[in-house]
Amino acid sequence: MYHHEHCEGFQCEQQQLEASLAQSGNELGALDRLMAWFRQRSLFVLAYGTGCGAIEMRPLMTSRFDAERFGIIGAATPRQADVLVISGYLAIKTLKRVIRSYEQMQAPKYVIGLGSCTINGGMYWDSYNTIKQLDHYIPVDMYVNGCMPRPEALIEGFVALQQRIAAGTPSGFERYRANIDWYKANQRRVLGDNMPPDYTYDWYHAGGVA
Amino acid sequence: MAHYIIDALAMLGMSYVMGFLFYGFYRQFNARVQRRWGPSVFQNFFDNMKFLFKTETIIHGPMFFFGPMIIFAGAVTTVLFVPYLKDSNWLQGFSHSGNLILIIYLLVVGPLGNALAVGSSGNPFGVMGVTRGLTRLMGLEVPFLLGLALVMVQHETASVHAIMAAQTDFAHWNLMTNPIAFIVMILPFMASQHASPFDVVGAPVEVYAGPRVEFSGRLLGVLMTQNMMMTVAKLVLIADLFLGGATTIWALIAKTFALFLLTAAVSTSFPRLRTEQTVDFFWKIPLGLGVIGVIATVWFPWS
Repeated sequence: MYHHEHCEGFQCEQQQLEASLAQSGNELGALDRLMAWFRQRSLFVLAYGTGCGAIEMRPLMTSRFDAERFGIIGAATPRQADVLVISGYLAIKTLKRVIRSYEQMQAPKYVIGLGSCTINGGMYWDSYNTIKQLDHYIPVDMYVNGCMPRPEALIEGFVALQQRIAAGTPSGFERYRANIDWYKANQRRVLGDNMPPDYTYDWYHAGGVA
Repeated sequence: MAHYIIDALAMLGMSYVMGFLFYGFYRQFNARVQRRWGPSVFQNFFDNMKFLFKTETIIHGPMFFFGPMIIFAGAVTTVLFVPYLKDSNWLQGFSHSGNLILIIYLLVVGPLGNALAVGSSGNPFGVMGVTRGLTRLMGLEVPFLLGLALVMVQHETASVHAIMAAQTDFAHWNLMTNPIAFIVMILPFMASQHASPFDVVGAPVEVYAGPRVEFSGRLLGVLMTQNMMMTVAKLVLIADLFLGGATTIWALIAKTFALFLLTAAVSTSFPRLRTEQTVDFFWKIPLGLGVIGVIATVWFPWS
């Protein structure tokens, strides 16, 4: 859990990185392994068409690349979705909607960052109104690099995510709960007073942090 | 007593397994029509288990929780009041204590529970879905009831067992002796299964998910479970009424699968109708045929 007295600035990120590296999922019990297996076998995707990456989602879902083979299928509402695919750059206005959608999803939930824009800003690296690192605002489980990545690369990302889920690796959602103050501070830095309503993460006020 | 409990559990288990396998087949069938591989046959089972194992489920008030439970209870009782086998002690449930009229009542429990739950969620998309659903229900219930009434008038009984017993061989199946009733019945039946020309309620792959838009996690898992069980119960009911019932489990699977294949073929071939088109269709074609069927059954009793 993140506290100011433990670390400062990039040290926190380093800690988070090491924390997730240290955990291996081999200590799962039989039921946990079964649950993890069902979870990885059925991923409902909320494809958030923010940037140009959205164009890669259509061939992925339809006949050419047929993601349904892997149990990956589109969900109409965030309530039913397991994976949020952020397909490209996020304007600050869009970030607000993304955070709201993400918080409406039900745990366990995962985020896939698609394209370079979610990693370091990509070609929008010096833009005044896009965010540069998605992981500062919502926890990303899997990055798919490229500008734009082909649907094959996206399938590879999904399969890697499935392997992580099957291995029982803690998902980004646990990171979000544990470091909610850090994430909210980052969100507040770009959104200012324009923060999304807080009833979508009311577990935070209920005292159920982590 | 033990016999009843084992029998009931066997019926529920069988409906569930048949349900997810049929829906898995449906997804593969759809995929092959669209020239892709499609998911595994067990995909619906995986989806359902995943939802039941979700760690978080949002609940908007008590009615939101009880709605799916009411729907689930409706599905379970429907399964238990439909006789699965003919001339057998097994897979009967409590069907000897009920009849077709009771089943008609139980079939509407689902939509009502849905309306109660979705209304309390406050989601405008959900309310829109329920409005569409109840409008469609108004269209499909009338021909559906007329089709059932035709069968009841033809055999002068409301007992599913008696209707099954009257259909001794292929020539005496109601499908052959009363084909009009079958057509009147099968179209609303497809609609009640949310098959494609009449699936405007859920409108899958559109911008919203119909009445289920606000359900998540375990509640959605419960809804999926009851949907699969309910589908099988309805298929068995149609097989009992029109295809002469089944004496073995294999015959039951073959007959219900044939009906399911018919639904799947129709739903892959026809695009979605709008709500008012659906109601128009039901009040013209099946209802018109139903009126003709009533006249034919009452004035020319040929069976």
